Amino acid sequence: MTQPTPRSQRPTTDFSIIGKPTAMVDAAEKTTGAGKYTDDLSVPGMLVGKILHSPCPHARIKRIHTSRAEQLEGVVAVVVGKDAPSPYGILPVGHDEHALAVDKVRYVGDNVACVVAISEAIAEEALELIDVDYEVLPAYFDPEESMKASSDLIHDNRPNNLEKDYHHVFGDPDKGFAEADHVAEARFIANEVTHAAMEPHSTLAAFEIDSQTGKPGRLTVWSSTQVPYYLQHKLSLVLEIPMAQIRVIKPLVGGGFGGKSEVIPIEIIAAVAARKAQAPVKITYTREEVFWAHRGRPRTIIDLKTGVKNDGRIIAVKARVVQDGGAYCSYGVVTILYSGALLGALYDIPNIQYDGYRVLTNKPACGAMRGHGTVNVRFAFESQLDELAAKIGMDPAEIRRRNLLQPPCITVNGLRVQSYGLPECIEKTVTRSGWKERKGKLPRGRGLGVACSHYVSGAANSIIRSDMPHSTVNIKIDRDGGVVVYTGASEIGQGSDTMTAQIAAEVLGCSLSRVRVVAADTDLTPIDIGSYSSRVTFMAGNATLRAATEVKKLIVAAAATKMNCQPDDLVFREDAVVSRNGHVGTAAIESLPRAQPRGPAEQSSAATVSGRVEGQILRGSLQQKRKDEGPKDRMTFEEAVVAAIDFHGALTGTGSYAPPAEARGGKHKGAGVGPSPAYSYSAQVAEVSVDEETGEVTVHKVWAAHDCGRALNPVSVEGQIIGSVWMGMGQALTEEMVWKDGMLMNPGLLEYRSPSSIESPEVEPIIVESVDPEGPFGAKECSEGSLAATIPAIANAIYDAVGIRLHESPFTPERVLAALRAKKNAKAINLTEGVDPTSPTRFREHGGSLWFKGKGPERHPLDPSRHEPAGGAD
Amino acid sequence: MKKELIELRVNGRDHEVAIEPSALLLDVLRQELQLTGSKRGCDDSSCGACTVLVDGVAMMSCTLLAASCEGQEITTIEGVSEHGSLAAIQKAYGDWGGAQCGYCTPGFIMTVKSLLAENPDPSESDIRDALSSNLCRCTGYNQMYEAIRSAIAAERCAVRNSEQGK
Repeated sequence: MTQPTPRSQRPTTDFSIIGKPTAMVDAAEKTTGAGKYTDDLSVPGMLVGKILHSPCPHARIKRIHTSRAEQLEGVVAVVVGKDAPSPYGILPVGHDEHALAVDKVRYVGDNVACVVAISEAIAEEALELIDVDYEVLPAYFDPEESMKASSDLIHDNRPNNLEKDYHHVFGDPDKGFAEADHVAEARFIANEVTHAAMEPHSTLAAFEIDSQTGKPGRLTVWSSTQVPYYLQHKLSLVLEIPMAQIRVIKPLVGGGFGGKSEVIPIEIIAAVAARKAQAPVKITYTREEVFWAHRGRPRTIIDLKTGVKNDGRIIAVKARVVQDGGAYCSYGVVTILYSGALLGALYDIPNIQYDGYRVLTNKPACGAMRGHGTVNVRFAFESQLDELAAKIGMDPAEIRRRNLLQPPCITVNGLRVQSYGLPECIEKTVTRSGWKERKGKLPRGRGLGVACSHYVSGAANSIIRSDMPHSTVNIKIDRDGGVVVYTGASEIGQGSDTMTAQIAAEVLGCSLSRVRVVAADTDLTPIDIGSYSSRVTFMAGNATLRAATEVKKLIVAAAATKMNCQPDDLVFREDAVVSRNGHVGTAAIESLPRAQPRGPAEQSSAATVSGRVEGQILRGSLQQKRKDEGPKDRMTFEEAVVAAIDFHGALTGTGSYAPPAEARGGKHKGAGVGPSPAYSYSAQVAEVSVDEETGEVTVHKVWAAHDCGRALNPVSVEGQIIGSVWMGMGQALTEEMVWKDGMLMNPGLLEYRSPSSIESPEVEPIIVESVDPEGPFGAKECSEGSLAATIPAIANAIYDAVGIRLHESPFTPERVLAALRAKKNAKAINLTEGVDPTSPTRFREHGGSLWFKGKGPERHPLDPSRHEPAGGAD
Repeated sequence: MKKELIELRVNGRDHEVAIEPSALLLDVLRQELQLTGSKRGCDDSSCGACTVLVDGVAMMSCTLLAASCEGQEITTIEGVSEHGSLAAIQKAYGDWGGAQCGYCTPGFIMTVKSLLAENPDPSESDIRDALSSNLCRCTGYNQMYEAIRSAIAAERCAVRNSEQGK
C-alpha cells in the first residue's frame, strides 16, 4: 500500500471514509432550520432595497425622475445607472451589462432604479413614484428574425444582433455523408427553461468605516452565489474599489443549477445602494423577479444531419445551432461553444461540422444551466440516432455500442478522453430495465427508450484566461488535533463541503468529526473559481487531497521518529497511526477502535475517545508518559499531531489544482471550451406511457447509470443522479418559459410547472465507477451529466409507445396530440385557435411586489408585435 | 398602518409582538421573532417552503395573516428538534439525502410531521399526495421517500423499545 498522492491513488477500495454513505456535514443545520441563507441574515441598521424594472422590451431612457420617490418618508436613497456606470459581465468578452440601465433597457424586467428604504412596503410605494421617460424602440423576440436586423440593434457593437458565431469543421463531413448508407435530417427545437432554485437570489452589502481615514472603507457582501471570487472581481470593477477592500461571504445557498454562477445585477446593485445610502442594504428577489433574472437554458433551434453506415457506425454529423440568448452576453459565448464541442467525447464520430449562432433578443439573458450548452443538442442527437437505428433495423442500445470511443484517445475535435464508463453504463441500464425482454413487447401506449449523455468534470480552461490554479485549499492542524480545511469551493447543496471533509479525513486517516470545513469566504479561503461546470469534486477535491498529503508528510515524519520506523511503514487510519512493520501488522489495526460501519451516517465513537485523550494532552501528562515508554508501534492521531507540532509549530499544508496541459484541447478558434480533465458518462432507459386521447405522457420509471469515476459519497452521488434525471424530465414534459412579445406568461412556480411529487417518477440510480486516473480517488463529476440523456430517453420511449417522433420539447399534451394526428394524416386542430390565451397584458402581481402596476410592455409604433388586446383595456 | 400588539404562541412559548394588521405570519416569524428556519420561496403558496403547523395543521405562513393566528399553537421547524437532538425525521432526511440545498427542507419536514400525526402508517401514495404541497428542485423527491420510511421505522423501533423497557 502506498500513501495517496495526486497522481497515483491507492490501488485499493479499502477506504475508511471514501465510498461510505455519509450524511452531509451541514445536514443538521438544514433540517433544524438553524442554518443561515443570505435572506436569513440581518445586521444592525440594515435597510431594504427594491428594484424598479423596465416595462419596455427595448427603449432608450430619456430621463428618470426620482425626486418624488426620494421625498417619501422612510426612503433613504434612490439609485440609478449613473451611480455605477462601469460595464461588466461574467465573460471577459461580454462586458455588456450595467448594474442599473445607463442609456437603454433591453428587456421587460431590465433593472432601471433601486429604492433603499426602511421597510419593504415603503420601498415598493416609492417605486411607484419614480417616473421614467422612455423612447420606445423596435424589439426583437425571435432569434432568426433578430439576426436579420440592421437598425435599432440591441447592442451597437453587435451587428445583426449576433453575439457570436462559430463555424467548426473536423474531418471531412461532406465525404462522410457521401459514404453514409443512411442519412437523417431534421429541425429540433428545445424551448427555454430556467433553474428556479428554491432560494430566491439575495444579497446583503455593508461597508465598514476605515479607522485610518474615518470614511467608508471595506465592503462586505453576503450573497447567494456559486462564484464568490468572480463576484469579488466584478464588484471591484463596477464600484472601482480594490479587490482587497471587498470581502464576499457565501452563506448557505438554496440551490443554484447555474442561476447563481454569474454575477446577477442584484449583487452589484445592493453594494452600490449601500454606498449611496451609507448603510447596510439587503435586496431579495421575489419569485417573479427570479424568473425575470433568469440566466437559464436558451431556446435552441437545432438543424441536425447525421449519417451512418449499415453497421450502425456514425460517419458524419452536421449541426446548425441557433440560441435565443436574450439581451446580454452572460455565459452565451461559452454556451454556444459547448453545444458544438460536446458533440465529441461521447461517441467516436470521425467527421463533424458545427455552425453555432448565439443571438441577442429583447428578453432576459440566458446563461449557464445544469448541463450547460449540451442538453438541447443531446436531445436532438440522441433522438436522431434512434431514428437511424430504426431505419437500419438495429436495436437502439446496440447502435450506441457500435459507436464507442476507444480510450485513452483524443477525439477529432481535440478532447482527451481517459476513463470511459459508457459501455458499462449501457450494459447496466439495459440489464436492470429488462430492455431485451421487454422492449417492443409492452402493451400499446407504453414504451421504453434509451439515450446517453456526458459532461465535463470542470472546464480545463477557466473563463478568466489565467494560468493560476483553478482551486487552492489550505489545511491547518493544531494541537487540539482538529483539522480545519479552508476552501473557496462553494457548497450550494451538492455536497461540496462534505466531499472536502471526506477527502481530508481519508488522506489524514482521521475521523470525519475531527474535520471542520471553512468555505467560500474571500477573507479566509484561498481562491477557487466556483461551483459550476461540475468542477468542484475533481478540482477542489484534488486540491484538498494535495493539501492533506502535504500536511500529512509533517505528521508522518514526526511519527516515524517517535515510533522508530520508516515513514513508509506507517498507516494512518481511523484516528490512529500504526506501523505496518513486523510484529504489529494488521492485528494492531484490527484492535483499533473502528468507526461503525456507516449505515447512513452514524457518528463514530472515535470522537469521545479523542476527547478523553485531548484532556490528557492538555494536562501534559501524556507526553511525559510517552517519553517514559520509549519507541512504540502505535500512536493516536492526536499524539502524532502533537509530535509533529513539537517539531514544526502549527501544521499547515497547501494544495492546488490546475488542469494538465494535455487536457486543455486543440488550437482552433473556440477550442478553449469543451476540454476537461475528465468526462462523466450516463446511459438511461425511460419507461413511459402515452394517453392517445389526451396526449398526456407519464414517465413511470427511469433507470439511470452514471459513470462518476468513483462515488466518494454514494448517497450524494445517487441524489445528484436522481435530481438530474428529474430536472431533465421536467424539461421534457412540462417546464417551459412561455413568451409573448417579450412578456413572460408564467413567472410562478406552479405556472412554470415544476413537477411535484405526484408527477415525479421513480428513478433507479446505478453508480458506475471507472476510476479516473487523475480524479481525486478516481472521482469525476456526477451532478450534470445525467440530465441531458433523460429528455431523448423519454422522446425515444414515446416513439416506442405510440410511434411518433417529437422534435420540440417539452412534450406537452398539445404537441403529442398534434404529432399523433399528423401521423394519422388527420387534420391538425389548433386547441387555442381564436383564443387570446389568458395571458396577462401587464406584469402579474406576485406577493408583495408592486412594481408592475398596470405598466405593461410598451410597444414601438412600428413594432410588428404591437397589437391591442381584443376587448380593449384589461 | 398602525401597529397592534398581539400575542403569538410559537413552539410552546408566548411572544408579544407589535405588528401591522396586514403582517404575514412568515414575516413575523422571520423578522420579529428571528425564526428564520421557515423560508420564503415564492410569495404565493406555490412552493410550501414556509410551511408551519397551526394547531397541528400544515399551513403556508406566506399567505396567512399573523393576527389570525392569535391564540393558536404555532410550530415551526425550530420547534421540531427533541431535547437538543435531531428528531427521527430530521436525522433521516440527513442520512438518506432528503435534503440537498436544504431550502425546502423545513417546509417538507413540517408537512411530513402533519402527515404522520394524522396517519402514522402512510402508504407510498399517501406520502406522494402529502408531499405534493411542497416543491423541491434538487432531489427529485425519491430520497425523501426513503427518509420518511426510515423515520417511521425508527419511531416504531423507539416506541417498541420504550414499551419493552416498562
